[in-house]
Amino acid sequence: MIRVFAVLVALWGSSLQAETMKLAVTTSFHNSGLSEVLLPAIKADIGLDVQLLVVGTGQALRLGQAGDVDAILVHSKSAEEAFIADGYGPYRREIMYNDFVFIGPQDDPAGVSKSGNAIDVLTRIFSASSRFVSRGDESGTHQKELALWADADLDPNEFGRWYNAVGAGMGASLNTASGLNAYIMSDRASWLNFGNKGALSLLYSGDPVLFNQYAYLPVSSTRHAHVNVDASEALEAWMTSAAAQKLIDGYTINGETLFIFNAKPD
Amino acid sequence: MSMAVSLHDVAVRRRGKSILGPITTDMAGTGFTIILGPNGSGKTTFLKVLHGVERISDGALEWSIPETEARQAQAYVFQSPIMLRRSVAANLAYPLQLEKLGKPAIAKRVSEWAQRIGLSDALDRPATRLSGGEKQKLAIGRALIRQPKVLFLDEPCANLDGRATREIEALLLDANQRGTRIIMSTHNLGQAKRLATDVLFLLNGRIHERGDADVFFAKPSGEESAAFLKGDIVE
Amino acid sequence: MNDIWSGIEAAFWLVITLDADLVDITLRSLQVSLTALIIASAIALPFGTWLAIRRFRFRRAVIATLNALMGLPPVVVGLIVYLLLSRSGPFGVLGLLFTPTAMIIAQVIIITPLIASITHQAMRELWAEYHDLLISLNTSKSQRIATLIWDGRRTLLTAALAGFGRAIGEVGAIMIVGGNIDNATRVLTTAIALETGKGDFALALGLGFVLIALALLVNFAIHALSRTEREGRW
Repeated sequence: MIRVFAVLVALWGSSLQAETMKLAVTTSFHNSGLSEVLLPAIKADIGLDVQLLVVGTGQALRLGQAGDVDAILVHSKSAEEAFIADGYGPYRREIMYNDFVFIGPQDDPAGVSKSGNAIDVLTRIFSASSRFVSRGDESGTHQKELALWADADLDPNEFGRWYNAVGAGMGASLNTASGLNAYIMSDRASWLNFGNKGALSLLYSGDPVLFNQYAYLPVSSTRHAHVNVDASEALEAWMTSAAAQKLIDGYTINGETLFIFNAKPD
Repeated sequence: MSMAVSLHDVAVRRRGKSILGPITTDMAGTGFTIILGPNGSGKTTFLKVLHGVERISDGALEWSIPETEARQAQAYVFQSPIMLRRSVAANLAYPLQLEKLGKPAIAKRVSEWAQRIGLSDALDRPATRLSGGEKQKLAIGRALIRQPKVLFLDEPCANLDGRATREIEALLLDANQRGTRIIMSTHNLGQAKRLATDVLFLLNGRIHERGDADVFFAKPSGEESAAFLKGDIVE
Repeated sequence: MNDIWSGIEAAFWLVITLDADLVDITLRSLQVSLTALIIASAIALPFGTWLAIRRFRFRRAVIATLNALMGLPPVVVGLIVYLLLSRSGPFGVLGLLFTPTAMIIAQVIIITPLIASITHQAMRELWAEYHDLLISLNTSKSQRIATLIWDGRRTLLTAALAGFGRAIGEVGAIMIVGGNIDNATRVLTTAIALETGKGDFALALGLGFVLIALALLVNFAIHALSRTEREGRW
């Protein structure tokens, strides 16, 4: 039996000859469709096969801690800083940002579309006890949502049954919100790419507090000697290059720009 | 070259109940022994003890040749034939395959035996689809194909019609002629008379009477054997 | 209903145009699940048969454990394999996490108890039937196992197919240990989960129909192959 495994391992090993690296990214980044534009360009420009592991920010950080990926691309500044403070990564490099938006039923029972800012949105939903779907999965989006509730002096733990923490990715949560005809906070990209909108529509966006910064974090090679540092550095160089800027800024869905490149050159 | 077996105080008990024995006897020669006795007299157990597939509680059983050789040189046919879920040909070939015989040799013996048991036309048929008589003939053919020195049969014709019984008896007499010693139990007195060279009469797990067939059927010495031959119920 | 129709339509076009991604994903699904099936069968068929003919002290306990393992939640298997293969786990040095090999390992663990358990049940019946004959013919232990496996091969085929069905339709474990990486570890089920996540139900359903068709096809193919022998059916 062991010999069979050995042969299999050898077979699989040999099929992975091109330079590859594993990058953990958030579901919101992947659902935006941007990766499908960037990955082929990366392959063409620097000959690197980037294998994406699409997970929540929480799991992406865990993968980095365990050394199961070579780098991560996430959007949760405080968690990223903790990651670096604990020595799992040498630094974080800001790449681009998009924004969060509030989605809800078209008839908008809580009057979210008349809100002045993000805090106002949440207060209105709370006052109306309108159904709300939360990611509930420790992802960057979830952490952002919790931070906003805290800013509004509200505690989701005390909410009634209108507050649904589903513990799922962005797409699955949007499906739930669509099924329940509920309010939800989503990143703009996931929403625009989402295929099952049902009776939902975008009700509020634009508060600068909703900007969502993505950062690239290489995994520490002192902690995990097997990390592919060359590939990771090559990818970082490319992600902060003018070529990347052109593709990121130029990426649109239905004519809407999704991401704004803001990496600082070395 | 025949092989003999001797039993010394052989007994079989199950859960404290005596099923067979104690039996002390010798069985040698090349004859056709019929084991008679009422239901529950221990005929099947006796056959299985001789064949070495029944655990003995007491006593000893010894073959005149080394045990592994002795085990290879015998075969057993059950009351209801056990068919492998294979073709007739594959059933016949099976005991030879166990002996790792070459393919051409196997094929030759299989077609030879298929002819003898009258199943040449059925070689490719699934054995489990045969009639009762055909199954028993196949089982006997499969038992004889290794040319055993001793063949045990446990009421092989119990559920068969006249024609199948006649064919099987012919097969057995033929095998006996060719030198296979046969030890067979039966309920059927007519069959016993047709086949036996000697008779062993079992009662309550013991050998009640033993002797040449002619003598036994003409003038049984025991009261119970006489009653059994007359058709009375014997306990 | 609308979604189901557009799913059928999507499936139709995916197949008709031999969509490159679809072919790639389908082949990988087959590769992973068939490899897992072969390994699991190599373990489970002899083991289940052995369990049917061998009497030993903890036999009942082993059988009960086997039946319990049959209901192993794939997600739990996935999680355990993940932790074992993770770089910070005991087998981390092998670097197997997020490779098809990891998916095969997880699937082998999931389907081996299932195949072994069905094998054991079928073989117990056959052994009861053959017992006296095989003992009488003075067969060795390995000859007995070989005979039972050969004569019970149709039932064993069913056992193997049940294992294959579970393997190819499984998503929880391989999502965790494979990571659903495009062009590396994405298979039909994880692709379906992904498309559902994107709310693209038509494509998800289309992939689902391809998966069902594939399972049917493999079943028919194996059955057809096994009937080419002219020994009748049992």
